[in-house]
Amino acid sequence: MTMKASDIAVGDTFEDVLVEDLKRTQLVMYSGTSGDYNPLHTDDPYCRDAAGYPGVFAHGMLTMGMTGRVVTDRFGAENVKKFGVRFTNQVWPGDDLTGKAEIAAIREEGGETLVDLTIITTNQKGDVVVKGYATARAEV
Amino acid sequence: MADDKTVIFPVEASHIMMFRRSIGDYSVPDTGLENTAAPPTFPRAVAQFDPEYHLRMKPGEAWFGSGKNPSGVEGKPSSSGGLHAEQHFEFVRPVRPGDVLSVIEKDGKSWEKESKRAGKLMFQERVMEYRDADGELVCTSTGVSVTTERPVDQG
Repeated sequence: MTMKASDIAVGDTFEDVLVEDLKRTQLVMYSGTSGDYNPLHTDDPYCRDAAGYPGVFAHGMLTMGMTGRVVTDRFGAENVKKFGVRFTNQVWPGDDLTGKAEIAAIREEGGETLVDLTIITTNQKGDVVVKGYATARAEV
Repeated sequence: MADDKTVIFPVEASHIMMFRRSIGDYSVPDTGLENTAAPPTFPRAVAQFDPEYHLRMKPGEAWFGSGKNPSGVEGKPSSSGGLHAEQHFEFVRPVRPGDVLSVIEKDGKSWEKESKRAGKLMFQERVMEYRDADGELVCTSTGVSVTTERPVDQG
């Protein structure tokens, strides 16, 4: 599954609601599948009373994983060539996240048609929580 | 993961299914996962197969999460100031169920920066290479962690 290069153009944008009212249970699910059991993501007493945070917050990799859906839902996970982000703000339980991607370039390389995307994910306040890029293969 | 150590990462369809659920990815039916590529951030789940991974409890070792007390270790908890700043993946081909990946990790660049919200920031890049059973490179993961002088100011 992927998009056809003829169906997209530079400047096209995609937007998805990634999560509404992020639950602590989803943080537990991500700890369990990723293997990252850092108590910062699941253990409120530790966060408040030992680490100096107001409570648990999401793994950066959970936010990145959710953000990746903006690309994989359209191009397919099998067609992702590059994906990278900078984590710019923490994500907290209760947050709503929206991922947005814009096509920056459509180009040929090594016999493939590649689509470069810029990506940002914002929370309900409009704060950017991750900022990144992806490159995915498109059909001719 | 320690330098010069190889971790074997057997990629299983059920692990990918659970991983997809945990990131809210329901784009593939649970029954159709056997030949489906893993999401691009899945390679970091190699942590499950690293016997020395520091963010998993181990028998007989102190754990810094809460129990009777807010932390199971005395003094400053070991990871209270460490945060993930950047993450990058580059794929030669997708990761699929049935792959048995050999993973090595090594240091990349390191640098420092001053921040108003958290004091001095110390950045460290770690690069992981994932190779298949034929020794062919499948993907590279580059993570940048930042150790802060104090917890990030939430204001």
